[in-house]
Amino acid sequence: MISKNYIITAPEGIHARPATTLIRLTKKYKSVVSLKKGENLVRLNSMLNILTIGAKGGDTITVIIEGEDEAHAAQAIDNFFIEELKKL
Amino acid sequence: MKKIKEKTGFEISGVAASPGIAIGSAYVVRKNEIISSGTKLKNESEVLNEIEKFKKAVQASVDDVEAVKNNEALKLNDDEVNVLEAHIELLTDPQLHEDVLQKINADKKNAVDAVIEVVDKFVEVFKSMSDEYMSASAADVKDIGNRILGSLNHSIDNGWQNFQSNTIIIAEDISPSEAITIDMTLVIAFATSVGGKTSHTAILAKSKNLPAVLGCGNTVDKIENGDVIIVDGTKGVVIVNPGEKCLEEYSAKMREYQQGNEFLRSLKSVSCQTSDGVKITLRANISSAEDMLESLKHGAEGAGLFRTELLFMNRNSFPSEEEQFQFYSKVALKSKGKPVIVRTIDIGGDKPLGYFNLPKEENPFLGYRAIRISLDRKDLFVTQLKAILRASAMRNFRIMFPMISSLQELRLARKILEEAKQELRKANLDFDENIPVGMMIEVPSAALMADIFAKEVDFFSIGTNDLCQYTLAVDRGNEKIKDLYDPYNPAVLRLISYTIEQANKYNISVGMCGELASDPMATRLLLGMGLTEFSMSATSIPSIKNLIVNNSYEEAREVCGKVMAMDNSKSIIDYLKRNA
Repeated sequence: MISKNYIITAPEGIHARPATTLIRLTKKYKSVVSLKKGENLVRLNSMLNILTIGAKGGDTITVIIEGEDEAHAAQAIDNFFIEELKKL
Repeated sequence: MKKIKEKTGFEISGVAASPGIAIGSAYVVRKNEIISSGTKLKNESEVLNEIEKFKKAVQASVDDVEAVKNNEALKLNDDEVNVLEAHIELLTDPQLHEDVLQKINADKKNAVDAVIEVVDKFVEVFKSMSDEYMSASAADVKDIGNRILGSLNHSIDNGWQNFQSNTIIIAEDISPSEAITIDMTLVIAFATSVGGKTSHTAILAKSKNLPAVLGCGNTVDKIENGDVIIVDGTKGVVIVNPGEKCLEEYSAKMREYQQGNEFLRSLKSVSCQTSDGVKITLRANISSAEDMLESLKHGAEGAGLFRTELLFMNRNSFPSEEEQFQFYSKVALKSKGKPVIVRTIDIGGDKPLGYFNLPKEENPFLGYRAIRISLDRKDLFVTQLKAILRASAMRNFRIMFPMISSLQELRLARKILEEAKQELRKANLDFDENIPVGMMIEVPSAALMADIFAKEVDFFSIGTNDLCQYTLAVDRGNEKIKDLYDPYNPAVLRLISYTIEQANKYNISVGMCGELASDPMATRLLLGMGLTEFSMSATSIPSIKNLIVNNSYEEAREVCGKVMAMDNSKSIIDYLKRNA
C-alpha cells in the first residue's frame, strides 16, 4: 500500500474537469485508489464521490493506492497532482 | 423599428449576474418537469424490468452525449468537450448506479423515481458547498439526471432550435449541455428564474460577455415568445414589453455601455502616459500564477505586489523550499518577462495561520507579524528567500520586505538575504545576483525616514491601508470607528507625498500597492505627487489608465498643490469630487 499527501495546487480545487482526468488516469491501473480528506474516504472510481469530498485549492488530501501495479499508479498520480492539476 | 405589441409592460428584478444591457426578443423555454410517481414495484420481474430500463436509458444518454461531442458542426472548444466528457463520467458513475439500483431493488421504486431521488441527493450535497466551482457541479449532476429521465420517458428535447438573431433566452435555468448546443452567436442575453451570482449560468454569461439577470423567480413565466425584453445585467432588472420612452432610454444606455466597454478594451494596447507625456507604469496585485495571467489580459505591466501568503494558508505545515520554488516560478513563467515584486510573507495580525501557533495578542496589528516574524524565525525566512531567489533565475523578480519600521530591521533582512544567496552559490544553483531589493512603506516611522531608507533600497512600495491605520491609530476592521479610517486625512497624504518626494530625489522607483492606488478620486493627486507606479487589482487597471491618459501631469501638479494646502479631509474630498 502506498499513501501520500498532496496539497491541491489548482485554486478552483478538484471540480468536474480535473476529477474526470483523474478518474480516467486511475482506470489505467489495476490498483484500488482511494482519496481521503479529513475523515472522508472515497474510492477514486466515482466522480460523484470525488466531488462530494469537495477538495478546494490549498486543501491537503491523502491518496491511498493498493494493488499489484501500485508503484506505477503512484507515479502517474504524483505527476497528476504535482504537474497536471495546476494546468486544468 | 420593431413593432411593439399592445401589451402592458412590466418589470422583474433579479440577481445582476453578468453586466451589460441588451434589448431583444424573448425565446421562452419551458421544460416539463418529470415528477416522481411514488408507485411501488410489486414483484421481482418488475424490479428486473426497471433495472433493465435504467441501464438502457443510461446507455442511450451516453450515446447522446457522444453524438454531441462528435458533431463537428458544433465546433466545440476544449472547455465544452471537457464538460461533455465529465457528463459521460457522471452517467457511468459506479456510485450513481449503485444508489439507483439500491432504490429499485431494496426500496421497490421505479427507475424514474429512483433516478430523481439519487440525483436530488447529490444536487443538494453540491449546492450546499460554499465554493462556486463545487456548487457548479450541482448543475452537471442535474443535467445528466434530466438526460436519463428524458431517455426513460422517451421524451425528445428539441426546445433549443431555430433562433432568430437578437434572442434573449428566458428559462428556468440553462444546463451545461444546453449551453453547449445553443448557438450563442444569436443569443444576446439571459434571464432565468433560478440561479445566483456564482451559479454555472452566471459563469457562462460572464465568459461569453452576455448580460444576464438570474434568480428572477416565477414571474418569468408570464413572458411569452417574441415579447420585447430589456435585460439590464448591471442593475439586475428585466423589463418586459417596455414603453416607447423606456425603450429609447435603454437604447441610449446600451450604446453608451458598449462604447465605454470597447473604449476600455481598446485602452489595453495604448501606452500609459499622461497627455503631456509622463510615462506611468500600471501593475497588478496578485496572489497566484492565475492572477498573473488574468492581469496581463487587463494590460498590467507586471505585478507590483505578489502576495505569497496564499501558499502558506489552508494547509497543515509550512511549505518546503521546493514547493515554494514551484509556486513562485510558475508566476515568474506566466509574467512573460514583466517585473514581479515578490513580498516576503506577511502573516500575523489579521492573517493568522492554523499550524503556526501564534499566541493571542492584545494588539495583533502592533505585535508579532510580517517581517518581525521573518527576522525572528530565520529558518523560515531563509527557506522563503532561497525559493524566491531560485525563481529569480528568470531575471524578472524583485524582493520586497513588508512592515519595515526601522533601519536595523532592513539591514538585518538584507544580511539574511545575503546568507541565502551564499547558500545557493555553494549549492551551485542559478539565481539573479542583482535582484532588486525594496521595502513596503506602511509604517509611519518608515515614511518619516524615507530619505534614509532611500539610500539603502532599490525601490519603495507604499501600502496605504496599513499606513492609514497606523498613522491615524484606527483599527480598519472595527465597525464602530470605520469612518475615522480615512486615507484622505492630510497627515496620511503628507507621509505619502514625502515618501514619493524622497524616492524621486534619491532616484529610486516608488510605487503604491494599497487601495488608494485604485481609487479614481486619488489618481490625479498621486500623479501630482510624482508617483509613477500604481499597482492594483487587475480589473481596476483599465479605468485608472483611462484617467491617466486623459490628464496632464501639469494639471495633476496643480491639483496636488491645492490639496496639500488643505487642512482637512472633507475639504480635500469635496475638492477632488468637484474637480473630477
